[in-house]
Amino acid sequence: MKKPFSFNIRNYFLRHLQSMLFSLGRLWLQPFSSLMTIAVIGIALALPAGLFVLLQNVNTVSDQWDDASQISLFLKQDLSDKKIKRLNDDIVTWPQIGKTHYQTAEQSLTEFRELSGLGHLLDTLPDNPLPPVITLYPADENMPAEMIKDLLKKLEALPEVVQAQLDMEWLQRLRSINKLLARGITLLGLLLSLSVLLVIGNTIRLAILSRQSEIKVMKLVGATDRFIRRPFLYTGFWYGFIGGLFAWGLLLIAMSMLTAPISELASQYSSDYHLQWFTGLLLLYLPLIGLFLGILGAWLAVSRHLHAIEPT
Amino acid sequence: MIQFTDVYKRYPSRNEALSGLSFHLKEAEMAFLTGHSGAGKSTLLKLIALIERSTHGQVFVNGQNLSRLSKRKIPYYRRQIGLVFQDHNLLHDRTVFDNVALPLVIEGEDHREIGRRVRASLDKVGLLSKERSLPVALSGGEQQRVGIARAVVSRPPILLADEPTGNLDPDLSRDIMQLFEQFNQVGVTVFIATHDLELVKSMPYRQIAIANGRLTTQADL
Repeated sequence: MKKPFSFNIRNYFLRHLQSMLFSLGRLWLQPFSSLMTIAVIGIALALPAGLFVLLQNVNTVSDQWDDASQISLFLKQDLSDKKIKRLNDDIVTWPQIGKTHYQTAEQSLTEFRELSGLGHLLDTLPDNPLPPVITLYPADENMPAEMIKDLLKKLEALPEVVQAQLDMEWLQRLRSINKLLARGITLLGLLLSLSVLLVIGNTIRLAILSRQSEIKVMKLVGATDRFIRRPFLYTGFWYGFIGGLFAWGLLLIAMSMLTAPISELASQYSSDYHLQWFTGLLLLYLPLIGLFLGILGAWLAVSRHLHAIEPT
Repeated sequence: MIQFTDVYKRYPSRNEALSGLSFHLKEAEMAFLTGHSGAGKSTLLKLIALIERSTHGQVFVNGQNLSRLSKRKIPYYRRQIGLVFQDHNLLHDRTVFDNVALPLVIEGEDHREIGRRVRASLDKVGLLSKERSLPVALSGGEQQRVGIARAVVSRPPILLADEPTGNLDPDLSRDIMQLFEQFNQVGVTVFIATHDLELVKSMPYRQIAIANGRLTTQADL
């Protein structure tokens, strides 16, 4: 009996929907063991995701200071304006230097007054203690450390210069550390994803073994491998998906616990920094990653174990 | 419908289970396969259901050469055969209705059609009132009738039964056999393995008897 094409398509989706709900129902029938598996998956997904969020936050903070490799050139205080300008014009022609910015001692004083909040302290001093400063921006932002060292030496050798200082050296170090951490978190994420894969694979394997006789009967009445496979794949799908949602919930709790202390810490540095959540994106990604791992894990288990079960 | 030509089946660990077996079952014929336990009855049925493959010789079923049938096509081939087992092989966590519906669900039948045909099938075996029960709530005879309802629900041209009355008392056995007769009367080829010779003798059908993997009665070739 030949059936119309549209009927087949509709039936195909109907069967998948049935299979999907059937698998969900199976999980529901054993709430405790299902929840345990989901919790394991959730924690394994939440850990790298949480670390990733924290790292993103550190990056956001450190990105607020751009031009990590700017160099401050502190000059002798008794130099004339003209001499400094000549020096400035000279330095800007160096190939390593991108641009320069000259700031007189008076400007330094005004800036310090504004930024430090210690202006009244300066009023007690007879003279301006601050030197004139030329700020240099290297031509290449990612100049290697060796070249920067050489540049600093050369600058300090100039007679007008008291000190050449690489600003925010610590920031560069922080960024290097961040890169290292990102690598580490990626590695951790991969390992934990693998463990999710194995957890789901093993759960599905046990499910297959416990339904061995049922699988045999289904094969005897003419079920294709695809038909038998389907509910197990959907079981993996649900484990991964719900595990992802669980991970998201865990992160939500962890973040809300961290928000207050971080704001407090930030306020002590007179910053109004708040923890960035990336919630929307995580809500999307975690369940997606979860269900991908779930289906893959189930597929591995199914392709390994289903063929072995044949009616005898 | 079912034709064996010089069929051998050897298992690696045992002697020959079947040696040089040849017989032919015509379309819409009903026949018994008899012999002691261990004579090779189950092996023979397994060859027809493609649970096993013959070591040598050819098996033709419904025009198909089984030794040429690829593994991928086995599920579709099995849908032409209704199987009835001694131990019923029902799914115990599903209702009678769901058990009988299984072959239709597997074929992807429309759910209204499934409902209609499952009820027709259950009505035929006299268990329409039990469709919501679980198999464990049924007696042995009733469970066997559920198994038969499942075997015929997709209206296969061939019905195979392996000791369908093995666990039943004589009266129930007779009922079951009459059920098979009714299916045969509407054109289904029925092949029943049994060691219940009393029952076989009381019915007017051909007997294919085997012992030690060989035919002991002359069969039509």
